[in-house]
Amino acid sequence: MRVMDGTLPSIKGFLKTLSPVDQVGAEARAAMLATRSIKTSSKSWAIDMAISMIDLTTLEGADTAGKVKAICNKAVRPDPSDSTVPHVGAICVYNDMVRVAREHLDASGGKDIPVAAVSTAFPSGRASLEVKKRDTEDAIANGAAEIDMVIDRGAFLSGDLVKVFNEIEFIKSICGDKAHLKVILETGELVTLDNVRKASYLAMAAGADFIKTSTGKVSPAATAPVVLVMLEAVRDWYEMTGTRIGVKPAGGIRTTKDAIKQLVLVNETAGPEWLNPGLFRIGASALLNDLLMQRMKLRDGHYAGSNYVTLD
Amino acid sequence: MRIDVKKTYKLYIGGAFPRSESGRSYEISDKKGNFIANPAQASRKDLRDAVVAARAAHSGWSSATAFNRGQILYRVAEIMEGRTSQFVDEIVATEGVAPAAAKKQVQEAIDLWVWYSGWCDKIGSIYGSTNQVSGAFYNFTIPESVGVVAAFAPQKSSLLGLVHTIAPIIAGGNTVIAIASEKLPLCAITLSEALATSDLPGGVVNILTGITSELAPWAGSHMEIDAIDASGLTSSQDKEVRVSGADNLKRISSFKAEATPQRLLAFMEHKTVWHPIGI
Repeated sequence: MRVMDGTLPSIKGFLKTLSPVDQVGAEARAAMLATRSIKTSSKSWAIDMAISMIDLTTLEGADTAGKVKAICNKAVRPDPSDSTVPHVGAICVYNDMVRVAREHLDASGGKDIPVAAVSTAFPSGRASLEVKKRDTEDAIANGAAEIDMVIDRGAFLSGDLVKVFNEIEFIKSICGDKAHLKVILETGELVTLDNVRKASYLAMAAGADFIKTSTGKVSPAATAPVVLVMLEAVRDWYEMTGTRIGVKPAGGIRTTKDAIKQLVLVNETAGPEWLNPGLFRIGASALLNDLLMQRMKLRDGHYAGSNYVTLD
Repeated sequence: MRIDVKKTYKLYIGGAFPRSESGRSYEISDKKGNFIANPAQASRKDLRDAVVAARAAHSGWSSATAFNRGQILYRVAEIMEGRTSQFVDEIVATEGVAPAAAKKQVQEAIDLWVWYSGWCDKIGSIYGSTNQVSGAFYNFTIPESVGVVAAFAPQKSSLLGLVHTIAPIIAGGNTVIAIASEKLPLCAITLSEALATSDLPGGVVNILTGITSELAPWAGSHMEIDAIDASGLTSSQDKEVRVSGADNLKRISSFKAEATPQRLLAFMEHKTVWHPIGI
């Protein structure tokens, strides 16, 4: 079902039907859900689920092929001493590292781990449409099965919603059925939760398979109220259209506690159907080590040390 | 008529003063059984948080120049001097000794900081060496900190024993989680207030009050703790910690209450480096 076409009246008309976000209410609800205590077997389940949802990410100017290969190894076998640890959800890298990652994963038992490429002039999104097009095509040609695009926040904030919509739709048409499209809203720059809700709907209507909070380059990133609003959006979108859109918080989720809080938010907001790597991902790098150390603690009965997980 | 403002004795973790995450406290009393205070009763999770804080602080503290560490230790002595009467009152209340004896203990503790402050930039020259090797190399041996140390302070001394424990550990560049005497913990918290206002970076010293037998097994098995000062443990607790501490080859030592450079060296490892001559 098409809820809006690319014209300003239809976009504005639809967004006008959205109710405004009760910011205090959203913060209170997110804070309340964060107090849930998840222990023993539930914690063990949550840790493994969180590991399988991680988009293991390296997005540094200093990235090398060697580093990308190292995180690919870690993605396939997060804890070399324990084969019961599930593999991660995906690898997330810059465009030029996509081929390195794909080939290394294929060669080391990670054929079923997709490579996600950040695209469309990540992280700022400030490039011409032609450059964004080539960026995306190139990533897909090199083996990216997921495209993490950024929206044009400048256009969004100045009211040029048509431009944002058309860009997402255009990149979606390039992805076609070859790649999943994740749309990064960069909520840290959207100022209000109302804007987060509007941008979520805009992205979903334009064809996003996933909506993602942030690039990880802007702070604040994946705060709980923002994730809550986005989860409500995908839940309501499903009721409206029958299509389930995924959510990916990224940035600032570093500890097992943070990750489990996210899972509680998912379960209580969108529902248990979203508790799988096909519909919920966590963009992170340092998080994986903390999850592994918590897993060791549950397994061994004593606290683990950072010398017993790999350095990134 | 004024109501006294009672002090809440809290923990000292990462430069902050939290209550125990468990919400627990326990009662301490003087020799006659009269109630004194309800200090926080640290749980294993407080220990865990303290280890995280100590590990985070280690790279900065161990790479600070030895001279700078010495200055900061001396600053601790300066700050403690100004709080002498508070320490004296607490020692008198908890240990039941005369004020003169309490004051002597406080002054000895302050002098101990000065003594270890002097050791910071000398330990390397005195216990390190330049080694003769057959080849065109300089060869140096340098003592370096082992990392994160859990220290069980002596049970029978409220302040002096604790300073004997903490000062040499941090003088060598380690960070420490000190578990105060179970029955005499008040001075430990007051000491942490002195530490918090004396240029010492947060997390270098963390102080927990609570039940020693509850915390010891968790410290012994914690893989992030590199060494243990077991001075405040009973012989059976000591043995238990040595068994569980073997997993990650912890250095575990106990000491008498005396100032000696051996206390620094117990928590240092000697690194030997080769450097080609003429390059």
